[in-house]
Amino acid sequence: MGYTLNFNLIWRHFDKLWGGLLLSLELAVISIAIGIVIGLVLAVWYVSAGRVVRAIIAAYVEFIRNVPLILLVYLVFYGLPTVVDLAYSAQTSFVATLALYSGAYLVEVFRSGLEAVPRGQLDAGKAIGLTPWQRLIHVRLPTMMRITLPALSNTFISLFKDTSVASVISVPELTYGAQWINFNTFRIVEVYLVVTAMYLVTGYALLFALRLVERWYRTAR
Amino acid sequence: MASSNKPPVLLDIAEVSKSFGAVNVLRSVSLTVDKGEVVTIIGPSGSGKTTLLRCVNFLESYDSGSIRIDGKEVGFRPGPARDSGARQRRSERDLASMRAETGMVFQGFNLFPHLTAAGNIMLGLTKVRGKSSAEARSIAEHWLGRVGLGHKADSLPAELSGGQQQRVGIARAVAMEPKILLLDEITSALDPELVGEVLAVVRSLAEDGMTMVMVTHEMAFARDASSRIVFMADGGVSAVGPPKEVLAAETTNERLRAFLARFRASHF
Ligand SMILES: Nc1ncnc2c1ncn2[C@@H]1O[C@H](COP(=O)(O)OP(=O)(O)OP(=O)(O)O)[C@@H](O)[C@H]1O
Ligand SMILES: [Mg+2]
Repeated sequence: MGYTLNFNLIWRHFDKLWGGLLLSLELAVISIAIGIVIGLVLAVWYVSAGRVVRAIIAAYVEFIRNVPLILLVYLVFYGLPTVVDLAYSAQTSFVATLALYSGAYLVEVFRSGLEAVPRGQLDAGKAIGLTPWQRLIHVRLPTMMRITLPALSNTFISLFKDTSVASVISVPELTYGAQWINFNTFRIVEVYLVVTAMYLVTGYALLFALRLVERWYRTAR
Repeated sequence: MASSNKPPVLLDIAEVSKSFGAVNVLRSVSLTVDKGEVVTIIGPSGSGKTTLLRCVNFLESYDSGSIRIDGKEVGFRPGPARDSGARQRRSERDLASMRAETGMVFQGFNLFPHLTAAGNIMLGLTKVRGKSSAEARSIAEHWLGRVGLGHKADSLPAELSGGQQQRVGIARAVAMEPKILLLDEITSALDPELVGEVLAVVRSLAEDGMTMVMVTHEMAFARDASSRIVFMADGGVSAVGPPKEVLAAETTNERLRAFLARFRASHF
């Protein structure tokens, strides 16, 4: 007795999935935007700081990299409010977590990018009389960006997939939408087939768009 | 009257020493360069030529002695009247504004890869000299024209040949109107057929009266274009004088003679 695929119920509730996809993208975009700021500031600080600051930044990076994301999500959403007097929505909590999470990965990406800027370029910046800050803004960061853009794209794509973890604290993103439809229709195979396709197509579309951006950035003048 | 015709000393290097760890790279080097002079430094590999040039715009610090440009000490603030031995490094802002008075052209070009030829030249003009971008653009175009690259203003470095990149490098340095131009083996990374176009630019700058200190292995060029030639060996100035004297085959300086002989053997 075979199981017959029936997608009708999925299409009826497709708005849950569509809305979920948009929210997933929104979560990923906001998180990486904050993560980029965290990563940049800490990376720039790291390469110019002394031992103590370096150790603290390294500890943050190591902590995040060695704790599963789902645990971080629980810690921030359930754990943190019991320690400090803060009230925040599940969505805010998740964005904060994912921002801290991507920030830690991006510190590493940006730090190695900064260190990969050829010394000759920095010398040239010094030689025309740029101050350290001007060298950072006009010489180091632009070259670092070209070096790190592919890694940045990859981080964004995997962050988009990681938004599915938000379902565990009931943020109505794509995976949560799929669970909702499953609970209400029991079309488990159909809904996860559709959702998988949605993650795949969106992921590839993002990758394609980001590669275009990279190419544009390489030749921009 | 005769003394008033002598150009003032622009660069005064006095007893400068420097070591990298245990290696004494510069040993009490003294050298003065007058305004408008073209001084060429030659010498064997590892004799400290690059290090000396890099000390002049403080890309490297030096351990003792002093380097002055127009009387102002490079890198360090004037100490207390009775020197306590503790030199005070200038602030980064101070260092930057002093470096803006010293142009440098590098062996490896070191153009900013994300900026066009004009953009490379405009960066210092806008950020350091405070010029508007329209003004900077027209200065950039003027200098690109001078080095024969008027048509390449909007090309990225990656789209230029080595010789063209180096000419942009020169334009970037001179557009800042430095008091002195430092050139470190600027043709060494070029294919032989591209050397001439770069040297022609240097020659025309010399004719304009630009003060230059250059390191080069182009002996014929050094002989024709230099006011004086400095021979460095083992971190010190071993010989200095007009090209005809220093490059004379019958020199009594043993090290110089050996260097020139080896040089002639490999280059002619
Ligand atoms: N950053 C550095 N750290 C340690 N040693 C250095 C450094 N830069 C230069 N040296 C050493 O200092 C010495 C002089 O180097 P320098 O580059 O000034 O020589 P040079 O005369 O320019 O040689 P070349 O003709 O090969 O360019 C060499 O022994 C070199 O190995
Ligand atoms: Mg050298």
